[in-house]
Amino acid sequence: MIHFVLLVSRQGKVRLTKWYSPYTQKERSKVIRELSGVILNRGPKLCNFIEWRGYKVVYKRYASLYFCMCIDEADNELEVLEIIHHYVEILDRYFGSVCELDLIFNFHKAYYILDELLIAGELQESSKKTVARIISAQDQLVEVAKEEASSISNIIAQATK
Amino acid sequence: MNPFSSGTRLRDMIRAIRACKTAAEERAVVRKECADIRALINEDDPHDRHRNLAKLMFIHMLGYPTHFGQMECLKLIASPGFPEKRIGYLGLMLLLDERQEVLMLVTNSLKQDLNHSNQYVVGLALCALGNICSAEMARDLAPEVERLIQFRDPNIRKKAALCSTRIIRKVPDLAENFVNAAASLLKEKHHGVLITGVQLCYELCTINDEALEYFRTKCTEGLIKTLRDITNSAYQPEYDVAGITDPFLHIRLLRLLRVLGQGDADASDLMTDILAQVATKTESNKNAGNAVLYECVETIMAIEDTNSLRVLAINILGRFLSNRDNNIRYVALNMLMKAITFDDQAVQRHRVTILECVKDPDASIRKRALELVTLLVNENNVTQLTKELIDYLEISDEDFKEDLSAKICFIVEKFSPEKLWYIDQMLKVLCEAGKFVKDDVWHALIVVISNASELHGYTVRALYKSVLTYSEQETLVRVAVWCIGEYGDLLVNNVGMLGIEDPITVTESDAVDVIEDAITRHNSDSTTKAMALVALLKLSSRFPSISERIKDIIVKQKGSLLLEMQQRAIEYNSIVDRHKNIRSSLVDRMPVLDEATFNVRRAGSFPASVSTMAKPSVSLQNGVEKLPVAPLVDLLDLDSDDIMAAPSPSGTDFLQDLLGVDLGSSSAQYGATQAPKAGTDLLLDILSIGTPSPAQNSTSSIGLLSIADVNNNPSIALDTLSSPAPPHVATTSSTGMFDLLDGLSPSPSKEATNGPAYAPIVAYESSSLKIEFTFSKTPGNLQTTNVQATFTNLSPNTFTDFIFQAAVPKFLQLHLDPASSNTLLASGSGAITQNLRVTNSQQGKKSLVMRMRIGYKLNGKDVLEEGQVSNFPRGL
Repeated sequence: MIHFVLLVSRQGKVRLTKWYSPYTQKERSKVIRELSGVILNRGPKLCNFIEWRGYKVVYKRYASLYFCMCIDEADNELEVLEIIHHYVEILDRYFGSVCELDLIFNFHKAYYILDELLIAGELQESSKKTVARIISAQDQLVEVAKEEASSISNIIAQATK
Repeated sequence: MNPFSSGTRLRDMIRAIRACKTAAEERAVVRKECADIRALINEDDPHDRHRNLAKLMFIHMLGYPTHFGQMECLKLIASPGFPEKRIGYLGLMLLLDERQEVLMLVTNSLKQDLNHSNQYVVGLALCALGNICSAEMARDLAPEVERLIQFRDPNIRKKAALCSTRIIRKVPDLAENFVNAAASLLKEKHHGVLITGVQLCYELCTINDEALEYFRTKCTEGLIKTLRDITNSAYQPEYDVAGITDPFLHIRLLRLLRVLGQGDADASDLMTDILAQVATKTESNKNAGNAVLYECVETIMAIEDTNSLRVLAINILGRFLSNRDNNIRYVALNMLMKAITFDDQAVQRHRVTILECVKDPDASIRKRALELVTLLVNENNVTQLTKELIDYLEISDEDFKEDLSAKICFIVEKFSPEKLWYIDQMLKVLCEAGKFVKDDVWHALIVVISNASELHGYTVRALYKSVLTYSEQETLVRVAVWCIGEYGDLLVNNVGMLGIEDPITVTESDAVDVIEDAITRHNSDSTTKAMALVALLKLSSRFPSISERIKDIIVKQKGSLLLEMQQRAIEYNSIVDRHKNIRSSLVDRMPVLDEATFNVRRAGSFPASVSTMAKPSVSLQNGVEKLPVAPLVDLLDLDSDDIMAAPSPSGTDFLQDLLGVDLGSSSAQYGATQAPKAGTDLLLDILSIGTPSPAQNSTSSIGLLSIADVNNNPSIALDTLSSPAPPHVATTSSTGMFDLLDGLSPSPSKEATNGPAYAPIVAYESSSLKIEFTFSKTPGNLQTTNVQATFTNLSPNTFTDFIFQAAVPKFLQLHLDPASSNTLLASGSGAITQNLRVTNSQQGKKSLVMRMRIGYKLNGKDVLEEGQVSNFPRGL
């Protein structure tokens, strides 16, 4: 299973963390520090796997962002690379050629998408189209709720004038 | 934007934080935001909650504490609207984990949401439950989740399936509830549901054997069909990845088939065709295809023996290994480690390639390859592989040397064909990576060197040469110092030249230079310095011509900052200075170290248990002492790094290392005042003129006690050591030491040369009769002591009808052999001997005691004498 997902920028800034195994706050920051140190310092042509504390960390760099997933020793590393790519493609489709800034200002969107892709550290959907559809349906629900709320507040605002 | 809300928007806060130039500035912004959010939380205004939580999540990601937002998550989850719930669940998963008590409060909301009419709300709840549920929550909500596996919408079914995997991981007891539901998911057409269903089944199989059996009988064929369909399916743009239809599903199906086939020949048989098809038909030019092939190979190697498939699998791995992509090579190495268990030959074929991988610039690949090479080594290829690895050791990165040298040492020790080769290889490793070599490795090297007597000269010369070049390799220096100390004379005189060596000219002073360098170098650690000091003392006797210079070096150490060094320097100086006559025997060459004992000890199965180690017969021949094993093993403790931290006990080892005998004898002196007879035994033990095991326990304890005395007043101790010694101290250590203790034992030298294990005693002496006991042990039977009683008539009249009777307490068994005669001639002109066998059932705990009665006729008159013997040597 995937124990955690990390998105780290080239400057070492954390852009997204998702923990599927319990880690305390302290452990989390230690893990992030340790791994970003190792990953950011690896040369460009090396393999995408790091053996770390009895686990394996699979990472891949997309532009200025490193996507890392920590898996069990017996898991399929190559598949995890595909999962990362899968996620990136969905992000790309959602934001329209995604960049780091999109993920900073809309970090919650990145989380929502990840939640449609992984649950309990396992893949739940292999179709990019399905994920996109579910996300947009939920976004729609939010929009509708917002409009309702603003129309109500307009009515209140007018009434109190 | 909500007109009632105050404070900054999320976007503005992120901008403000990003605009910060320094960490301090960022902290200030975050602190201000957190204060605002706290204030708003206290106002409890539902309008801002949504935004506050979003801000908190961002702050949380930056690593700041956000626990005060946890309750906000719960409130948002409990609110009716979807947007609130959506962000509330996100915050819940981000800010909390399963170990927080607060999480229990959300159980009820989760339960309601799992039954919500809006399927997206149900989806949110399932997602949160799947990601962070604790065991209690899993138990409480399992029925809801189980029901949702049958939900009408596939997107809920797949979420429920993964949520179930989390539940059964947390509470394996619940597994059986999910078996039927999971089996129904395997018939689905929707890929998401199928993927998660297969995952759930896999999880169930690994947790529950009944589930495994169920799926094996009911689902194997269906799964194979699904895999076949998907492998043969036409192009499906929705699921296509690099020309393969849904590699994720492929991989999960293969993984489930693996557990079903493992340990079941029938199931394995069913799946051979499809596995062969996947293995041959999958495109391997893209990562997705290789991922599927990799999984397929793993399944082939796990299921029951199908040889043709395995050949196929090994071939795939061979192709992987020669791939240019590092990722593919990495997984190939990984898989070959598993393959080696059933097809060593096939893996051996790739040996050269694997060796190349050890030299790869990529640390992950190097590590894998190194582990694999270690598995590949056998008697036939060890020399070649070791050569390759050692060659590489010279040029490898510093941070890789530790792993590499450890593995080389392991290989060399395990498969070494001969000692010369072993020593050669170890020296090379020490030269290249001496800094990284672990203590037990170089200890083992010293033991081996000590045992290879014909290689002593060669080794010490080789070490001398290497240490000149590689003086910064700590462990090399230590081994060299030890060997030069022991075999310095062989170094100087080119003794024992092997054909392969070039003769070298080393003067005595060159050898001392090396030691001096080791002891004076500022970065030598305390262990090395201590060893160097001992070596100097030894050399002072080996090289009498320059002993003045050696003495000067020792004297300099009197000023050492390390207390231990200071003290030893003073003591050694005193030995060099004042005790020339015993020095040569004190610093005699170390007896051969016992390899078997060392290995046992190294393996840790007998942590320094002395009593198991002694050899039954240890004898004194031609002045070559065979010391008992225990103190020798202790010698190796000398090297433990805490030598300075615990001066008193390690001091024991220290001295024993140096002198072997000296320390013990001084302790015997102390012991002697209280227990004269026991003192004799101790001395014998320490001189090891034959030492059966039990006595050593007492030796070591008394030794430690008296060390305290020595430490308190070392000079007195040394004086005591020598003061009783008569001026004509003999040169062999045995007699020399006995002379020191003259008067304690009745006839030591004679007995000592005969080599009995225990000193004889005078068991009884009256005006007319003297009885002496001598002792010996039957090898292999420590409890039984053979006692030879010798009766001597001190009176001027002959005894007739002489009869000796003896009685012992219950824990002893006594057997009397017939006496040699029953007539005892007058005035000691003849003696009767009689053999007794005493078996001590509490040997080691209680000493022998004996009552005896002697009857004889003196001038026709019956005489009866009685006595008790309680001065038996200890440990019989």
